[in-house]
Amino acid sequence: MEDKNDFTLSCPIPISEYPQILLAHGGGGKLMHQLIEQMFMASFANPALMARHDSAVLKVQSKKIAFTTDSYVVKPLFFPGGDIGALAIYGTVNDLAMSGARPLYISCGFIIEEGLPTETLWRVAQSMKQAAENAGVTIVTGDTKVVDRGKGDGLFINTAGIGEIAHGLTIAPSAVRLGDVLIINGDIGRHGMAVMAAREGLEFESAIESDCAPLAGAVMNLLEAGIQIHCLRDLTRGGLASALVEIAEAGSIHINIEEAAISVREDVQGACEILGFDPLYVANEGRFIAIVPEAETARALDILRSDKDFMRGAIIGRVTGGRPGIVTMKSRIGATRIIDMLSGEQLPRIC
Amino acid sequence: MKYLDEYRDAETCRKVADSIAKITTRPWSIMEICGGQTHTIIKYGIDELLPKEITLIHGPGCPVCVTSVELIDKAIEIASRPEVIFCSFGDMLRVPGSSAGGGTEVARDLLSVKASGGDIRIVYSPMDALEIARKEPDKEIVFFAVGFETTAPANAMAVYQARKQGIPNFSILVSHVLVPPAIEAILSSPDVRIQGFLAAGHVCTVMGYWEYEPIAKKYGVPIVVTGFEPLDILQGIHMVVCQLEAGRAEVENQYARSVRREGNEPARKLISEVFRVVPRKWRGVGEIPRSGLGLTEAYKEHDAELRFGLAGMTVEEPSECISGLVLQGIKKPHECPAFGTRCTPERPLGATMVSSEGACAAYYRYRRL
Repeated sequence: MEDKNDFTLSCPIPISEYPQILLAHGGGGKLMHQLIEQMFMASFANPALMARHDSAVLKVQSKKIAFTTDSYVVKPLFFPGGDIGALAIYGTVNDLAMSGARPLYISCGFIIEEGLPTETLWRVAQSMKQAAENAGVTIVTGDTKVVDRGKGDGLFINTAGIGEIAHGLTIAPSAVRLGDVLIINGDIGRHGMAVMAAREGLEFESAIESDCAPLAGAVMNLLEAGIQIHCLRDLTRGGLASALVEIAEAGSIHINIEEAAISVREDVQGACEILGFDPLYVANEGRFIAIVPEAETARALDILRSDKDFMRGAIIGRVTGGRPGIVTMKSRIGATRIIDMLSGEQLPRIC
Repeated sequence: MKYLDEYRDAETCRKVADSIAKITTRPWSIMEICGGQTHTIIKYGIDELLPKEITLIHGPGCPVCVTSVELIDKAIEIASRPEVIFCSFGDMLRVPGSSAGGGTEVARDLLSVKASGGDIRIVYSPMDALEIARKEPDKEIVFFAVGFETTAPANAMAVYQARKQGIPNFSILVSHVLVPPAIEAILSSPDVRIQGFLAAGHVCTVMGYWEYEPIAKKYGVPIVVTGFEPLDILQGIHMVVCQLEAGRAEVENQYARSVRREGNEPARKLISEVFRVVPRKWRGVGEIPRSGLGLTEAYKEHDAELRFGLAGMTVEEPSECISGLVLQGIKKPHECPAFGTRCTPERPLGATMVSSEGACAAYYRYRRL
């Protein structure tokens, strides 16, 4: 993927005057307009945004649209492989893609803590611009608020997205059938461990990079090839395990996966071993599972792997006749156990 | 991953399991002491590979689980003070204190203290807490020194350095427990049905295994120092069963890639410089004489219990939880009437349901079929 920080523009806000965001930048006056014009308009320029209405007026071809929203509160704002800006675009784009929608338009609301370096906001905006280009979406409307110092964590971003649905499938846990096959688009656990390592200052031999990536392209390829997708789910907070449990419960189905089929990179595995984490529960930002009919598995896998970022796509399990609402996993040594959802976040273990 | 994959190899594991089946002629009950081993057994389903004659009993070796309610309450009390930065390993934060009743009342834990404004920080080493103390001289930094012999050297080092470098605002709330007295307490119980032990590899990495030799002899039980990967545990079981079938009761070392008979001598020396042996209350079990570590006279300035005047505080445990019986191997988690109903990881009655290494949590998470 392109280096999202690979830009040569420098911040056009007169940094000598305002190296940090002031409360006044959210006050509705000249400073706010300057910030919007020079920071956001300059970065995200497109006709809908430039119309400067209270709302963006958009064209949609299809009769059905998908609509979603998500808020992003990551610490630190920049981490190996990504940053809050890229996450805010890809996260929402990916949520749209999981209903089989082609993402079109994105809104973004910034909640900025007083004192945030203007340069930081500029870097985030550039990253969002790049991510939107990568994902093929347009940022069409937005909002800026500034909160008192100490009342935010530097920067929070909310994005909402609209995508159009051209297919006639039902893509949902309820559409999953006995015998269906679960396909994943790569290794797991990278994003969570990258952020964890950056946040806690843990140093490993090589920096673990987030898997942060747009997924709509891969999903569109599957749909355009006529794959009868039954269910899609991205593996964000709670990781692969929580996503599978959600599907099994919602669809009243039994899922069995194979531990040996799930790929975890060595550096991620090592970091998990040290901290006592289970990679099954670690967040991803560029991974999803597709549940497809058995007959279409080979073709779906070929299509998925044709994307150079997802060459490690693999079959990880099946929908079987076991007790509904339960996910089981065949361990590496051949025994079977339940996969449950965690009650909270994973906490590092004592020993 | 090198040094891990070899010990998780399916083929080798199956071979050892087959070999155990071949040599087993009678029923045997074996206890794994350590919560880390319990976790591996349940997570990989090792017990499913064993012949039905072998019963594994899950021991009291999770430091999170056996830390007394009293100490959790003391931690909550200290962490609630405005002048304190309370540092802890992550998994202690969800352990409920004394108000656990199973009714509508939710037990207070360190996470809820944090939500109410307490400055509680997860650290990965006590030395990180010492660093915070150095950087924040106006605050009282308290580290929750929990664990078996495994974590004792690092905790001792933090206190040793605090004294040596003159960092007066650093203290530790000591909750250290020792394995050999716990094994003796279990073996002295009239209900005992444990015939062999897997001793904890990392505890023995620090302490060695000479301490276990008199126990094996006195009670006639084989004790095998065992590692934490599936193959380690299967080999440990194999070695215990070999001894049981042959009528031997010796201490053997499966975890030879890490453990020597004398242990780590500099680490042991540091422990005895900073800590002394004291009686210790175990959650669900009660007080076991000479089963814990406390700070020696020379280091008592760094004892958080003394610093915050909490030495006299005593707390009774809730009655419904049978974690004591579970920790002694007398009951299995699912034999508790509250298991999975009034007691779940979201609303635990006792600590064995809280820690990811606790036997009840492991059963709940992996075995609720």
